[in-house]
Amino acid sequence: MAQDKLHFQVPAKTKTWSMAFMAIGAVAAIAGWLFDKTEHHQYWWANLLICAFFFFAISIGAMFFYAVQYAAEVAWTAQLKRIFEAMFAYVPVGIGIVILVLLAGQFHVHHLYHWMDPEVVNPDSPSYDAIIANKMPFLSSWFFWLRVIMYAATFIIFGRLFRKWSLMEDENPSVDLHLKQYRRGALFLVFFAVFSSTIAWDWLMSIDTHWYSTMYGWYIFSGMWVTCMIFATLFLLWLKQKGYYSKVNDSHIHDMGKWVFAVSMLWSYLWFCQYMLIWYSDIPEEVTYFKERYDHYMTGMWAIFACNFAIPFYVLIARDAKRNVKFLWRVGVIIFITHFLDLYMAVIPGTVHGHLEWGLGEHGHHITFAWWFEIGMFLGFLGLFIMVVTNALSKARLIPVNHPYLNESENHHI
Amino acid sequence: MFKESNIRKPLILGHKTYHDITQDIVGPIEGPAPKQWKIAFTIALIVALYGVGCIMYLVGVGIGSWGLNKTVGWAWDITNFVWWVGIGHAGTLISAVLLLFRQRWRMAINRSAEAMTIFAVMMAAVFPVFHMGRVWMAYWTLPLPNQFGSLWPNFNSALMWDVFAISTYFSVSLVFWYIGLIPDFATIRDRMTKPRAKKIYSILSFGWSGRAKHWTRFEEVSLVLAGIATPLVFSVHSIVSMDFATSVVPGWHTTIFPPYFVSGAIFSGFAMVQTLLLIMRKTMKLEAYIHLKHIEYMNIVIIVTGSIVGVAYLTELFISDYSGVQYESYAFINRFSGPLAWSYWSMMTCNVISPQLFWFKKLRTNLGFTFAMSIIVNIGMWFERFVIIVTSIHRDYVPAAWGEFKASVIDIGMFIGTIGIFFTLFLLFARFFPVLALNELKTILKTSGESYKNDNKH
Repeated sequence: MAQDKLHFQVPAKTKTWSMAFMAIGAVAAIAGWLFDKTEHHQYWWANLLICAFFFFAISIGAMFFYAVQYAAEVAWTAQLKRIFEAMFAYVPVGIGIVILVLLAGQFHVHHLYHWMDPEVVNPDSPSYDAIIANKMPFLSSWFFWLRVIMYAATFIIFGRLFRKWSLMEDENPSVDLHLKQYRRGALFLVFFAVFSSTIAWDWLMSIDTHWYSTMYGWYIFSGMWVTCMIFATLFLLWLKQKGYYSKVNDSHIHDMGKWVFAVSMLWSYLWFCQYMLIWYSDIPEEVTYFKERYDHYMTGMWAIFACNFAIPFYVLIARDAKRNVKFLWRVGVIIFITHFLDLYMAVIPGTVHGHLEWGLGEHGHHITFAWWFEIGMFLGFLGLFIMVVTNALSKARLIPVNHPYLNESENHHI
Repeated sequence: MFKESNIRKPLILGHKTYHDITQDIVGPIEGPAPKQWKIAFTIALIVALYGVGCIMYLVGVGIGSWGLNKTVGWAWDITNFVWWVGIGHAGTLISAVLLLFRQRWRMAINRSAEAMTIFAVMMAAVFPVFHMGRVWMAYWTLPLPNQFGSLWPNFNSALMWDVFAISTYFSVSLVFWYIGLIPDFATIRDRMTKPRAKKIYSILSFGWSGRAKHWTRFEEVSLVLAGIATPLVFSVHSIVSMDFATSVVPGWHTTIFPPYFVSGAIFSGFAMVQTLLLIMRKTMKLEAYIHLKHIEYMNIVIIVTGSIVGVAYLTELFISDYSGVQYESYAFINRFSGPLAWSYWSMMTCNVISPQLFWFKKLRTNLGFTFAMSIIVNIGMWFERFVIIVTSIHRDYVPAAWGEFKASVIDIGMFIGTIGIFFTLFLLFARFFPVLALNELKTILKTSGESYKNDNKH
């Protein structure tokens, strides 16, 4: 192609499909509400939390990766930075939905977070739980909500600043703008280092309230990072298919593939270490978490580890595989879904404990999960995510100008 | 043609030609040993001999000559072991991980960092080996068929995994380091005039001819070894951490240990690289190759890994209370307020608080400050292991069994002795080996050399 397409336009088909997915999601949500016979629609809310967190995590994962690119003086991604900017454009939407779920819990609409119930920590109540009461300094509502506000403010403010200065650079060739982003990237990483762990404790680990694991924060973080890399890779491949990014060559694709591979291995390493150490020492306080999963979700638990570790390991280890668009698409789609299942496995066992009552009428019947509802919700959020991200991508030049590493990025060759 | 961005600082300062690089790096090997080297070597050798003496005493008298007692069954020995293994990690990280990340600045430091790795792992091995007591039976750790009946190592034990992890790591690091040395040995061989030395370097260089075919294979094997070495960086210290984390001792058993140990290892390793290189660049006049930008990058790695370690400390501290398990909470209360609190606070100050000063560009580009900080981090990381090991077991479940630990002369002597042996080996390396990967450095001269970069601007 002689002339690179400078602006991305959302194809009409993409708009239609994302709207259709959202419609499917809405139908699934309404029907699921009617079918769900668990107390307080626990299952329905748990699914909403999974979807809300999953896509929010991808967007903050993108912001993390973006900040790393500045802080580590990375050149080859210079052309691709708008992709990550588009992905973290979802942050305000994503955190909004998460806050909605948390607010519903705070007002006792659902009981995903057992500790939000004041009876549990009231010593005079018959349902008093001493272990949870011990956690109350950390989980008390004022402190919990203070943290939520801090997360929202930090991610939204950094996201806006990154984007604003990135667009300013297109107009202004001054290197100072880049250096400012470099410092801001490093600063963001400081916040992220703390918040990535505390978010995992607050929103996910506290579901299994009695349980604790020091690894948990990093484990959840590695999952968000790998899903973010998969989405970015597939998004890039799709854009190239549509004729954009003609200066992105095989080496860039190869490097994206390497990231998917490497972070998949990081996730596998953390999953294995957490599991193995808990299994090995077999301490009652800790094994409860895996016991719950063993008893009700054994297949899912092992399927996740097998897919998220073995598939990227065996398929993507070869050099040529990481440059092969077909391979990347197939592996990417599979592990994107199995990483969704990983998050599913973090939330569902602790909230519905394998006893799901489901069906129309007065009482449902017992099932383990309702596949059409879950798929529908996932698709709904995927549609929303794609709509927000493609829309954000179309708002600015696809390839930045004046980025000091642009020339290195265009000549990237490995 | 590929042009490096102008905002990148040059990696080789001044105007250097290919010949200058050879001259600067091989020159010191060809000349007589400088006086400073002789003094340093003598001191290191004396300390090393003292250490060997302590080890001989230990073997003769037994493990009772260490300060261990029935409560504290592991102390300085394992602390030193973990400390040395940790130091080794930076070499592999620089040679393998930074190679995969295509960091060109690594070429100035990888050779000496890898040498440091190998010597550090050797020093680490001293402690578990001599802790066996009857050291002549050390081979019992290997799963060999034998005539002693049903004697077979316990594969369920993390200590056993450690034997395999460390020996694999050592072998791969050694091969990696050696392969890198081959072209540089050949360069020395070609220049050497003394016949005996020429013969030795000729054998060492494996008949390297510099043909394109040799270089292709060289690059391929480097990538393959980097691919193998990268998971090894993770596995070794993860398995070291499992020596503790697979137990049910509060303070030892925690799931974050594997990644947190790896990060701590890289942190301490980079500090040791700084200590060694800051002296070496000065005495061997390598300031053009290892300059402020390299030092700054290493300091940035120190902030990053130090902060990761800091997050891990705070996570452990937080979860110990959040868990609601009284033994777990007490292990940490005892750490920061018990009789060994001084060691906990030394660790916190040295590892978490002081490296944050590197956020100031003025400080992280200051050589004196960097040197002081590298020593502080080395001390802090020694304390980290001491804190984890001793404070967790000196007061565990049953208060009647609580005890104290006091290091004996032999404990201290062996530790100082290994530092002496380490420096002896490193000084020998600096004297007879090319301390920089000179042939690799030449590949970046035209893109990252200062005078070439300046020409590009016009």
